[in-house]
Amino acid sequence: MDNFANLIDGFGHVLTPMNLLFALIGVTIGTAVGVLPGIGPAMTVALLLPVTYGLEPTQALIMFAGIFYGGMYGGSTTSILLNTPGESSSVVTAIEGNKMAKAGRAAQALATAAIGSFVAGTIGTLLLALVMPQVVKFAVSLGAPEYFAIMLLAFAGASAVLGSSRIRGFAALLIGLAIGLIGIDKVTGQQRMTFGTAQLADGIDVVVVAVGIFAVGEALWVAAHLRRKAAGVIPVGRPWMGRDDWGRSWKPWLRGTALGFPFGALPAGGAEIPTFLSYMTERKLSKKPEEFGKGAIEGVAGPEAANNASAAGTLVPMLALGLPTNATAAIMLAALQGWGLEPGPLLMEKQPVLVWTLIASLFVGNTMLLLLNLPLAPAWAKLLQIPRPYLYAGILFFASMGAYAVNAQPFDLLLLLALGMVGFALRRFGLPVLPLIIGVILGPLAELQGRRSLQLSGGDLSGLVGGPVAWVCYAIIALVLLWPLVGKLTGRGRGHGHDGDGGPGSSTPATKEVMA
Amino acid sequence: MTILVGYIPTSQGEAALAAAIAEAKAHDESVLVINMSRDDKLVDSHRADGSDLDRLDADLAESGVTHEVRRIEHGTDPADQLLEVVDREQPRMLVIGIRHRSAVGKLLLGSTAQRLLLDATCPVLAVKAD
Repeated sequence: MDNFANLIDGFGHVLTPMNLLFALIGVTIGTAVGVLPGIGPAMTVALLLPVTYGLEPTQALIMFAGIFYGGMYGGSTTSILLNTPGESSSVVTAIEGNKMAKAGRAAQALATAAIGSFVAGTIGTLLLALVMPQVVKFAVSLGAPEYFAIMLLAFAGASAVLGSSRIRGFAALLIGLAIGLIGIDKVTGQQRMTFGTAQLADGIDVVVVAVGIFAVGEALWVAAHLRRKAAGVIPVGRPWMGRDDWGRSWKPWLRGTALGFPFGALPAGGAEIPTFLSYMTERKLSKKPEEFGKGAIEGVAGPEAANNASAAGTLVPMLALGLPTNATAAIMLAALQGWGLEPGPLLMEKQPVLVWTLIASLFVGNTMLLLLNLPLAPAWAKLLQIPRPYLYAGILFFASMGAYAVNAQPFDLLLLLALGMVGFALRRFGLPVLPLIIGVILGPLAELQGRRSLQLSGGDLSGLVGGPVAWVCYAIIALVLLWPLVGKLTGRGRGHGHDGDGGPGSSTPATKEVMA
Repeated sequence: MTILVGYIPTSQGEAALAAAIAEAKAHDESVLVINMSRDDKLVDSHRADGSDLDRLDADLAESGVTHEVRRIEHGTDPADQLLEVVDREQPRMLVIGIRHRSAVGKLLLGSTAQRLLLDATCPVLAVKAD
């Protein structure tokens, strides 16, 4: 019951005009960037990172969390209206959602997405408040070897599970780890990969990496693919649902929530897998399976609930272990480090007000999002009429300003451009961005924990295999890495079942753009 | 000779089309309808979609004038595209719909109608919606 007292305390802190204002700004920006394809919450949080170093950490985090949740809401609008997922997590929504829109049921699709997101977000946040403190209690007892193992698991998970191929995932991870290595080694004081450049001795700031990869990379990518036929306006109307739609939606919402939350909480969970699983489940359980593929409302309700629940789930490892499982969480983590707060189990102990205010703000933000999204859906859809050059000029401006503001040295702008080229290359060759960002942010932390455990054991490698937690992690890593081999050995039948992971990526033509 | 119409699915566009048909009937000429959508926008409200174009075709067929409907889907400026067609087709007249614009709107986005009126090499008939 301690949790609830803390949570109510958190509500007390969040209900100040300033905090509410930041929550409102966050959810508004979040919805806007969610609606626009190619611009996601991760890029937005990265762009705003330098701006928020002057703010109080609590307020900035409230805003970031609003952007994170808002992106999940906004992504569904584009998926449904344009068949172009605004976010990779709403790829599945497009399958049935766009069919509904084409059949003149856009209003119902948007309504079930928004209300489902609200239901799932609220339940997910409640679960977060209940589960997170338990995870913290457990996490406090973990030592350096366990942390090292958990981080390796996050690396392996993010690289192998998501994206189009493992090789690409691990290649991206490697680039990320290499970028993370640049700078002075904290233990021995040696310079690593600085090529004698004084400006690199401190390492590359995470802001520059994130803004370069997300913002500049995406802008270059879009500039290279600017030509694309415009779509006509799809009349939206005011989102509403009939009695029949409610009856068909509420069960998928709850099932989607149940699938989304645990997947979000797992390292390398993310929202792609649970949304797809939810879609498959609904198709199997539906009383009207013939409607699937022609615009079944269950196919929108389930995945939309799943992606919001997984957003809440993502915050469990982020707040409890300091472990990001998606790109936005990774950058929020970098923000915490920027304020000098140490992410990890001690965060709850040292900054209980910050953590509980953040959680309370999620409830508030979620409610705001429902109020913003239901009546205003037509207005959000208008954002899609902004000519892209205007949009990307603004993004590039903010990106350069942010990168320059970090250290006020022109060298960072060159770095930004170079990293932008890397970001462009990633998209060109289909490498996922998430492993790279996780590598940059978690790499140095993993190195620290790994070396700490080696120092404790006097350099003996057995020091890395600490307790049962580490054993389990290594076992899972081995399983993840050896899975394709196992699949091959047990015959094609098993290997075919694995196609599920690639399914959402190949099911809509527009997906490639988001994934890429 | 041909009458060229810049068509968009708004009341101004419909007015322009009606004026063009009347003009073509009076002088026994053909009508060329152009609809342009910009390719740097995800959604363009000036794009006439399939059902719009079908209806357009039916209307024109009913009026009995020889006609052609073309859709341009590349480029970022409707004025540029229309002027290009004017140069190529040498129509007797260009018909466009016009509306009020705020000063700020004109400053930010420019005015397609103004550019057409000033730069077209053929006479321009500017029509207002009722």
